Amino acid sequence: MKTTGTSQDSSPLKINNGGRAAALIRYILLGGGGLGLWFVIYEQLLPLAKFLTYSLLKLTPGSHLAGTLQFFLYESPKVLMLLILVVFGVGIIRSFFTPEKTRRILAGRRESVGNVLAAALGIVTPFCSCSAVPLFIGFVTAGVPLGVTFSFLISSPMVNEIALVLLYGLLGWKVAAIYLVTGLLIAIFSGWVIGRLKLEHFIEDWVLKIRNDVNDLPEQKLRWPDRFRQGGAAVRDIVGKVWPYMLAGIAIGAGIHGYVPENFMAALMGKAAWWSVPAAVAIGVPMYSNAAGIVPIVQALLEKGAALGTVLAFMMSVIALSMPEMVILRKVLKPRLIGVFIGVVSCGILIVGYLFNLLF
Amino acid sequence: MKIKIMGPGCANCEKLAALAQQAVTETGSKAEIEKVSDFQEMARAGVMSTPALTIDGEIKCVGRVPDKEEIMAWLR
Repeated sequence: MKTTGTSQDSSPLKINNGGRAAALIRYILLGGGGLGLWFVIYEQLLPLAKFLTYSLLKLTPGSHLAGTLQFFLYESPKVLMLLILVVFGVGIIRSFFTPEKTRRILAGRRESVGNVLAAALGIVTPFCSCSAVPLFIGFVTAGVPLGVTFSFLISSPMVNEIALVLLYGLLGWKVAAIYLVTGLLIAIFSGWVIGRLKLEHFIEDWVLKIRNDVNDLPEQKLRWPDRFRQGGAAVRDIVGKVWPYMLAGIAIGAGIHGYVPENFMAALMGKAAWWSVPAAVAIGVPMYSNAAGIVPIVQALLEKGAALGTVLAFMMSVIALSMPEMVILRKVLKPRLIGVFIGVVSCGILIVGYLFNLLF
Repeated sequence: MKIKIMGPGCANCEKLAALAQQAVTETGSKAEIEKVSDFQEMARAGVMSTPALTIDGEIKCVGRVPDKEEIMAWLR
């Protein structure tokens, strides 16, 4: 566990407070022990799933039911464990960032550099979509350019730790990396385009009239034990919320894995079907699901012959653009600007979809 | 004393409102609790991540649900 480096706390390790140091040591020991235990259990998941399927339930290897069941019994604990580990880590990283700090970094930035920074900060800044409107107002009134604000608003939901963990766990690190890079590029590019189009007058008038002097709140002083606690809180909060979606997604994925014939999706979502990318985006935009539910289905589709670009486009449009978010944003954006937002992001996703169908 | 809970009404805002209510009851404070879901008012108060809690116009916390003990300390 790394405790040096980026902490801006005055001196989290000072021994003048014995209790605090003891708490830190306790957390590190607990963390190290927990991590070791995690790996031991993780290694046992596949043998356990096989044992349950073939020895305990005596299912015939190669049958539809056995394939489905083994898939479910292996993938669901595996992904759940990965999720807990990564959400905990990201929770600790996020304790170094706040929307207020991000706003300070982005305010007055010129575009391009600002777009890149905003997309990157979108990953690590704690932000829930119910804060989209206050955050938008807070950014824009503090002098963060409109396009830069959009780069943040696009990257934050699209490139998130849940999507990346599931992609890594179910499809491997290459697909996860592709998703991370293309997701960031779409956020940077779409924000930049929106900035170029000079659409500031399509923000609702009352927003522009708000002149709050940016009264930055005093930074909360966090110590390492506080950060560990925040990581734990993130696990309870996020994993507690997404696990039913994830299990449902894996169950559907397991069903497809076991029962749908090979290459079934090739005609519908394969490379040859040029119209499948726009169709995937058109279906995905109004749909809303979190990454936890969608990735297991995506994996099963890929396995049955769907093309990577088509599937990525579908996943991105489901996660990044959703009806509920548009309804919320309508409070601060005029319909034209919402239309441009959806249009530009969809175009970005289309390009990514076609590009990957071409390359792979 | 006037406590305002700011947020559009998602799960975390409800949690914070319930905790604030408990804290008020347990400290025997005469503070009044008001829920604010109007974005203009939030913006004017300088709140940009929810849920947020203000006491007599002063922002006590934003973007997280504090625990009950923390709220009780603010009430004293």
